[in-house]
Amino acid sequence: MSIKEYRTAAEARGGLLVMKRTPGVAFGDRVLIRDHAGTRRNGQVIRAADEETLILVFEGTDDLDLESTWVRFLDEPVEIALSPELLGRVFNGLGEPKDDRPPILSNIRRPVTGAAINPAARTYPREFIQTGISTIDGLNSLVRGQKLPIFSGSGLPHNRLAAQIVRQARLKDEDTSFSVVFAAMGVSYADAKFFRDEFASSGVLRNVVMFINLADDPPVERLTLPRTALTAAEYLAYDLDRHVLVVMTDMTYYAEALREVATAKGDVPARKGYPGYLYSDLAEIYERCGRIHQRHGSITMMPVVSMPSDDITHPIPDLTGYITEGQIVLSRELHNQGIYPPVHISPSLSRLMKDGIGKDDTREDHPRVAAQLYALYARALETRNLASIIGADELSERDKRFLRFADAFDQRFVGQGEAEDRSIEATLNLAWELMSSFPRDMLTRLSETDLAKYHQGSD
Amino acid sequence: MSEPTRTGYIREINGPIVTIVLPGVRNGEQVRIGELGLFGEVISLRGQEAIVQTYESTDGVRPGEPATGLGWPLSVELGPGLLGGIFDGVQRPLEKIALQCGDYINRGLNIAALDRARIWEFEPNPQLEPGQKIGPGTVLGTVQETQTILHRILVPPTLSGELEEIAPAGDYDLEKTIGRLRDAQGHSHRLKLFHRWPVRKPRPYLRRDDGIAPLITGQRVIDSFFPQLKGGKGAVPGPFGAGKTVVQQQVARWSNADIVIYVGCGERGNELVDVLETFPQLDDPYSGRKLMERTLLVANTSNMPVVAREASVYVGITMAEYYRDMGYDVVMLADSTSRWAEALREVSGRLGQMPVEEGYPAYLASRLAAVYERAGRVETHGAGSGSVTLIGAVSPPGGDFSEPVTSHTKDIIETFWALSKELADARHYPSIDWVTSFSGHVHTAAEWWHKEISRDWERRRTEALALLARDAELSRIVNLVGPEALSSAQRWELEGAALIKEGVLQQSALDEVDTFCSPRKQFALLDLVIFIFKRGATLIELGVPVQELQQLPLMARARRCKSMFNSEQVDQIEALREEVGRVFEKMRLEYAKPDEAATNA
Repeated sequence: MSIKEYRTAAEARGGLLVMKRTPGVAFGDRVLIRDHAGTRRNGQVIRAADEETLILVFEGTDDLDLESTWVRFLDEPVEIALSPELLGRVFNGLGEPKDDRPPILSNIRRPVTGAAINPAARTYPREFIQTGISTIDGLNSLVRGQKLPIFSGSGLPHNRLAAQIVRQARLKDEDTSFSVVFAAMGVSYADAKFFRDEFASSGVLRNVVMFINLADDPPVERLTLPRTALTAAEYLAYDLDRHVLVVMTDMTYYAEALREVATAKGDVPARKGYPGYLYSDLAEIYERCGRIHQRHGSITMMPVVSMPSDDITHPIPDLTGYITEGQIVLSRELHNQGIYPPVHISPSLSRLMKDGIGKDDTREDHPRVAAQLYALYARALETRNLASIIGADELSERDKRFLRFADAFDQRFVGQGEAEDRSIEATLNLAWELMSSFPRDMLTRLSETDLAKYHQGSD
Repeated sequence: MSEPTRTGYIREINGPIVTIVLPGVRNGEQVRIGELGLFGEVISLRGQEAIVQTYESTDGVRPGEPATGLGWPLSVELGPGLLGGIFDGVQRPLEKIALQCGDYINRGLNIAALDRARIWEFEPNPQLEPGQKIGPGTVLGTVQETQTILHRILVPPTLSGELEEIAPAGDYDLEKTIGRLRDAQGHSHRLKLFHRWPVRKPRPYLRRDDGIAPLITGQRVIDSFFPQLKGGKGAVPGPFGAGKTVVQQQVARWSNADIVIYVGCGERGNELVDVLETFPQLDDPYSGRKLMERTLLVANTSNMPVVAREASVYVGITMAEYYRDMGYDVVMLADSTSRWAEALREVSGRLGQMPVEEGYPAYLASRLAAVYERAGRVETHGAGSGSVTLIGAVSPPGGDFSEPVTSHTKDIIETFWALSKELADARHYPSIDWVTSFSGHVHTAAEWWHKEISRDWERRRTEALALLARDAELSRIVNLVGPEALSSAQRWELEGAALIKEGVLQQSALDEVDTFCSPRKQFALLDLVIFIFKRGATLIELGVPVQELQQLPLMARARRCKSMFNSEQVDQIEALREEVGRVFEKMRLEYAKPDEAATNA
């Protein structure tokens, strides 16, 4: 089909442009828009019919008029050019350079929507990644190919934690570092700069591709940004055999942009005004992570999701939790006590931990140590609640022991330095040190062999 | 089914909803859309226009491209070769797709579910003679599908008449004729090893029966506290991270069903891979063969097209009914029915239908009920009794059980395994909450337990639940005024409840021994902890301090018992019970002495 240009705009509102009488336009195709000032904008067909075509304008519909807006249908999907040159570069959500360097030239171009990975072609992720952070390695282990989001709130140090993970993450007994794809949606200039400086100072910048849409950039562009970033990640992982760590921040702004467009389209809202397809839409992004048979590379994903008013039941963290393989939850309470990283272990979870730890992967006692620490901490939190009601002095000796354990756990196990890279052995040894304040017969989740080997108590 | 195909054209594309102009097309008919030939299904008609939901992404499709009606509704192929496979939401074999087009799923693929090249050894039914009257469900013969499953070849439900001929024993592929049948009109029909059946139509049976036997899952909190029956319907609701998937996978692994159909509906790809990679290695505790031989997977992961998600549940249940019709007990697990309901919502939203609750269409409740109603124990036409047990996971947004999908599901099902966030946060797994869960089958299950295991089953169960209820009550007091306010007897009750929780209810899916627990072992453990509690209570009355009992090494051993002894070592658990009896008796004598001394003097 020849490339046609139309000037039949009938409506322009909220990032959407309606074109009349544009036959034969394919659903999902890329569109170029020229406004009255001659400025170029990008768009995508999101509803196609003989009489009327609906276009999503990534740069927004501000300052468009209906009379002098020219639209050209490009007869190609929204694509990104891919080459090893991507590394070290900065792009916007459409894959256009944002670092004053020339665009990527390559004959490898791929549509950003991607296709679903055949479940029969996947390999189950099971290689333990050591992040050097005790609450993650010890209790919520990350494995290669997992999607493990950080649930956070405004003002909490999720960015510092994400940066620390990027800096420290590596396979146990292996020295290959990760390539990083960094996708920022609607973040502030300061946050974007923080990551850039972090990557620069830790010397990984050559290994990072950044896709950035700042808080004052057009929100519609946030809808393609994670897809563009993941297309780049797939290329690095499956064409160039690299292990890729994708950090996406902040998924909440992505979902808000989706809601904005959905509302403009008139989609039926489900919860809190978010469209009913929010789950499927988020899944299209998150599920692109994983491991594939016979492919050397992998995609591990760490999205940052800020919980509006710290509410974990808000649709965005809620639906994310249903798709991802666990979550790391940050707590304002711990943060206020000056504990870094303020990981609240009770609601945190790693679903893929079970196959990545134990005898051959970390240490034989690891699964039971994690279960026992969780049980003790749950009990300790109950005791802490009780103490806040009746006063710590009223507690029995047994309960006081739990109280002391809770404090030591928060301070020493959860809390660690931002530059402190603990090995998994160090984490497990620390766990035993803390657990040894209990007599053996209270540690029923541990086996008798574990107790004999590692328990440091006298009885 | 042999009507000529008709061709029309596309008028509008709105995501998965495509409007086509195709006169004469029927509601529910399968259509192929566009140059790519994407699969779809007509869901409504208006004048010349038909609205189609497509099972594949419509990116790149243009108005004006052709649309072809296929003349039949969404159907599945039913025949040998299904078991051990993994299919997508419209029954395309994913392993074959991976071989043909690599790691990603291409569009417009037309691959038959069953392998046409595969040869099966057919053994005709010796009781059949040409001239005999045969009807729906008559067993024509058998094929050994896997080592454990004998696949009975049935006359399709739509045919009846006189058997003209039946093929001799031998090797046949799926397309070969294995018999002929002449119907009442005198038409002759070829019978093959497989037939097709429309998924939205329940397969017929002779009559419905009541469930009589519990489905043993090897999970203590399920079998001993909230039992499910073969042919029952149940739901597992829970917020994310509460362990729905693990509960479902444990049931898939250890239940005493003949066939397990696992429908991953809008869930994680890696979970299905987990099943695909581990089941071929795990042994079925009943037959000793590999679990994969009795398992069939339907996968529509969350990133696969949403409309096929709606279809996947019907595809799964139709295959379940097919094996039921052979006289098997089938368990179908749907993870998650919430995603299925969301697919309904998405389609209805795109059609501009009036939303009722949280955007869901008004027909949500009736569609849910219709799906669950396809479960049941039935008398089949030709193969005796068979059953389909349907267990659906529900993913309530924010863990709120009052939301539409959970509340409508709750009205339909009989067994409700409610997962609790609090229990999961404390790593109490399975996090099935004993307060909000229920089972409508306790009495039926009790008959089985009393006959097979022990007359005391129902009594022990009630005692345990009563103690747990008491524990909740006392915990409230403790939270207000502290444990010091409780009497020794009350503190011992707390200890007893803790013993039930840790020694019986908690069960590790990751522990090699504990992952499966036979009914005998389940009862022995329950009996042990109730025995400790009751005997302990009499000691407390005599003035034995709670602390002294708590510190007995026996108590830690009772808690570890579940993973120390396997299902064959029930005698060891009974031995421990006797030891407890001896130790407690000794303590009783010690503490009773001063009194005895007093009475003697």
